[in-house]
Amino acid sequence: MKNMWIIAKKDLGSFFSSPVFYSLTSVFLILNGFIFFNILNFFSLQSFQAQQMRGGGIGLNLNEMVVEPSFHNMAVILLLIIPLVTMRSFAEEKKSKTFALLLSSPIHLIEIIVGKFVACMIVVGLMILLSAYSTGYLILVGNPEMGPIITGYLGILLMTGCYVAMGLFASSLTDNQIIAAVISFGLALFMWIIGWGAQAGGSGLGQLLEYLSLITHLEHFLKGLISSSDLVYYLSFIFFGLFLTHRVLESSRWR
Amino acid sequence: MIEVEQLSKSYGPREAIKNLSFQIEKGEVVGFLGPNGAGKSTTMNILSCIMPASSGTAKICGFDVFEQALEIRKLIGYLPETPPLYSDMVVYDYLSFAARLRNVPLKNTQSAVEQVIEKCSLKEARERIIGRLSKGYQQRVGIAQAMVHNPDILILDEPTIGLDPIQIIEIRKLIQELALSHTIILSSHILPEITQICKRVIIISDGQIAAVDSLDALTTRLHKGERLLLEVRQNSSEILEKLRALKKVNAVTEHQPAHFTIDCEPNADIQDKIAQLSLDNKWGIVELKPVSMTLEDIFLKLTLEENKVQQ
Ligand SMILES: Nc1ncnc2c1ncn2[C@@H]1O[C@H](COP(=O)(O)OP(=O)(O)O)[C@@H](O)[C@H]1O
Ligand SMILES: [Mg+2]
Repeated sequence: MKNMWIIAKKDLGSFFSSPVFYSLTSVFLILNGFIFFNILNFFSLQSFQAQQMRGGGIGLNLNEMVVEPSFHNMAVILLLIIPLVTMRSFAEEKKSKTFALLLSSPIHLIEIIVGKFVACMIVVGLMILLSAYSTGYLILVGNPEMGPIITGYLGILLMTGCYVAMGLFASSLTDNQIIAAVISFGLALFMWIIGWGAQAGGSGLGQLLEYLSLITHLEHFLKGLISSSDLVYYLSFIFFGLFLTHRVLESSRWR
Repeated sequence: MIEVEQLSKSYGPREAIKNLSFQIEKGEVVGFLGPNGAGKSTTMNILSCIMPASSGTAKICGFDVFEQALEIRKLIGYLPETPPLYSDMVVYDYLSFAARLRNVPLKNTQSAVEQVIEKCSLKEARERIIGRLSKGYQQRVGIAQAMVHNPDILILDEPTIGLDPIQIIEIRKLIQELALSHTIILSSHILPEITQICKRVIIISDGQIAAVDSLDALTTRLHKGERLLLEVRQNSSEILEKLRALKKVNAVTEHQPAHFTIDCEPNADIQDKIAQLSLDNKWGIVELKPVSMTLEDIFLKLTLEENKVQQ
């Protein structure tokens, strides 16, 4: 536990001293903000029209029309951003030969991996936190249901965990950061769209493919539902990703 | 303290080291000598538990490098061939990180780091970013990293590689100081530091041990021939021929004008004859003296002989 923190702190230090972190965060915030205000604009137009037609009364649902699509968009932007956060984790250590320092220290490989996972999660978590001003604004001016917002953030965090786990795995495969980013982007996108095969897959396989898809499970969270099936899916996805990373790093020592 | 038995390692089909066996006692300073590709780094990586061996065993303080790697890693400090430096980190932070990684308790970290900064003369560099330091300073940070937790054993892989002569002398001095209180294994393919620092050498070539011995013993053992240095006042081409014609002389080279190196058979006792010859021919002797062969020669010889045996 202590060792894990030593690794995480070191990685956080290098994130915060590198321009990569700041440019990624800026891009994330700008895209996110742009999309949010467009959605909001669209929503106010719609609700204005609806009010005129029905002569006031029932407003449109803020959660369904603003919160949910915002989360969806954030999930897509994260899919693009996170590979760039995770790519250096192992690739850089291998390239600059600093991995030997970690490997020759009295610390378990698993502590190194979890330390790097935690560092990436904190970095992405921070980005998400900074972007939460949009949600704060909504709460200030409207009155959205809080339940789905909270579970939505939980879902987004769990999904982030999956992206990060895949990113670490990709980074463990190579000493080239670009290749690591490309692989993790490909993996993440594939795990996102794997559900599209559901119709073609017939009932049994189709259901499996849909269960495997990252996005299917996010839907429930966005609706305010926390089901154990979704939790189990995300947590085992993360665990499996880190496990594979461990296998790759361990076996590369044998070669 | 270190026992290595029948250690082998293959990278795919390629055998990097074959059946290495040797022992190192506590407090010894041992040099690993061999040309590039001999298998020095591979052996050191195995001893530092970075990679497992293909077969054979290695034990450090009774701990097996494979079974009890974690215990061993507490005992050793390792400087790999490429120093493991984070180029974006400040020296002080880097050394604190290394100390924490090696189980130095938080409250002792500061004093441990201050100590190595002092020992490795890193005072001026402590607040600087590693990537911007000179190669010599970087190497010192690498050594500091290896000793920040005050390990019993230091494993240094080519600590002077790529440095300029002044930096080399500084690093060597540092290692000599460390040698007073640590067991050190040091590898090199350029030799002077081995003669200066190590009392015992393990010579490897092509992944096999060519010799393990103390420096003195090695010198005597290989002292199969003697070497004389002759300097004369008057230079003429006949000198070479006349010297070569002498009995028991193996080779003569003129390494600079009027300076000759004469390799002869052991116990040839031909100084008298050379002196006589020079008197007869009026060369005018300035100097005639025996020289002991440097380790470099020994090393060259060793690898040459090994190759001859194989062919
Ligand atoms: N990672 C590796 N993969 C394949 N071959 C390697 C690897 N590392 C070293 N070798 C080979 O093993 C041999 C020994 O290398 P090394 O231990 O680095 O020698 P040295 O340190 O004495 O120069 C060399 O022939 C080298 O080409
Ligand atoms: Mg080497």
